Amino acid sequence: MPTQLTTRNIYEQQSHNKRLTWLVMFGFVLFLGFLGFGFDYYYLGLFEDDFYFPLGTIVAVIFGSGMALSSYFNGAKSVLAATGAVPADPANPADRTLINVVDEMTIASGLPRPQVYIVTDEDPNAFATGRDPQHSYVVVTQGLLDALNREELQGVIAHEMSHIRNYDIRLMTVVAAFVGSIVLLSDTARRSMRFGGGTGRRRSKGGGGILIILWIVAIVLAPLIAQMMAMLVSRKREYLADASGAELTRNPLGLASALRKLESAAAPTTSIKRGAAHLCIVDPLGRNINSKEGFTAELFGTHPPIEKRVLALNAMAYQYQRTPTSA
Amino acid sequence: MFIVYILLAALLLLFFWVIAKYNSLVTLKNQVTNGWKQIDVQLKRRHDLIPNLVNTVRGQMQFEQETLEKVIQARNAAASAKGVADAAAKEDMLTGALSKLFALVENYPTLKSNENVLQLQEELTSTENKISFARQFYNDIATKFNIAQEVFPANIIASMFNFKTVELFEIKSEAERQVPNVDLSLKK
Repeated sequence: MPTQLTTRNIYEQQSHNKRLTWLVMFGFVLFLGFLGFGFDYYYLGLFEDDFYFPLGTIVAVIFGSGMALSSYFNGAKSVLAATGAVPADPANPADRTLINVVDEMTIASGLPRPQVYIVTDEDPNAFATGRDPQHSYVVVTQGLLDALNREELQGVIAHEMSHIRNYDIRLMTVVAAFVGSIVLLSDTARRSMRFGGGTGRRRSKGGGGILIILWIVAIVLAPLIAQMMAMLVSRKREYLADASGAELTRNPLGLASALRKLESAAAPTTSIKRGAAHLCIVDPLGRNINSKEGFTAELFGTHPPIEKRVLALNAMAYQYQRTPTSA
Repeated sequence: MFIVYILLAALLLLFFWVIAKYNSLVTLKNQVTNGWKQIDVQLKRRHDLIPNLVNTVRGQMQFEQETLEKVIQARNAAASAKGVADAAAKEDMLTGALSKLFALVENYPTLKSNENVLQLQEELTSTENKISFARQFYNDIATKFNIAQEVFPANIIASMFNFKTVELFEIKSEAERQVPNVDLSLKK
């Protein structure tokens, strides 16, 4: 049976994602500490004149840890708030269908039921967020509800449920929070470097030039690196979620046809900002790069080309037809 | 004396192995029971929804009394089914009768746009899908349970403690088998 190929790896995938989340959080705190250290060294004159109290580093590490914890516990809430998502309304027929489909996939996956949210955006898109299956959210745009039929909707929800089951949501939500804050922080740091110069104790001797260069390079490159990280974590996981989602519905063609519809409606999803792009089932920014292959696309694209995903799903469908399941 | 120790150790190991196997079988058995309960909940929900639907459409569908009767009969038969295989067969018939009814509803424009009917249709569609996904879940876990008691040497323990293989919830008709998701809604 084709199902066993991926189910065996679920636990590995889960612990891999959990480990990676800690690593990312640790890296974030480390990065902030480095920013603070540079501030100590450059402005407060650490190691100079018997000044040994790394005030900036300590403040930065405390601040960074606080942000890391809050991204872990409240990351999902801030993603929901940033996209303007509202809870689905069971009294509304279209919302009711969505809730029912989520219930169906809940039964198929054996997971706890995620909360269902809707974004009033006309462009079809969907994502899942949260910290674990017990605290998970499935979010779709109004455009998705309007564009897809039931079977396709099922495929999309199953895809999102696999993200939840694999703990992709934890990693991606934390990364989303960090991408946002790193962009903000390095912007601030760069500006203060340019303008806030005159006031501090500013290092007078020539020593430590390499450190300063390193510090500046880190500040300048951080947003780019953070963005690349987000892309890296998302790309591989999309294929996996496609495959295990199709396993839940046992109907790969539903998701394939949904993806095709999403691709043809490739207008940017305006309510989803850059920081949360890697969470979505298709690229909300409508960037050209995600339809390409090769080295740069591999580096900078958040999503694999839809053409390839559809092809993989079609191959799965073919396999299913040849080996009918017992159910 | 040394031999005795080795024998004792082996015996102890065997004892622990039996306990572990027994416990894993009990766990699987509970999962199977739980899986069946999930199907059962959805089946009951379907049985509750059907009289509502029939009553809603009855007034308009004077000429289709026979179809409505068949749906009700199939529903009552399914509600009184005993055992997994019996339930599977009777639910299968009910699904057939229902899809016939929904095909007929297509001919009645007033019904097709009736909010109540649409709502019931959505609920029935969803329940139908839930049944098929719960069935999928149940069959997977039931197969695992059956295999666990049939392989050697676990089969010795299974027969010692009187574990029995369970029936799968199978669909007989070929058409059902090929299309796992039934979409009863009118819009395509």
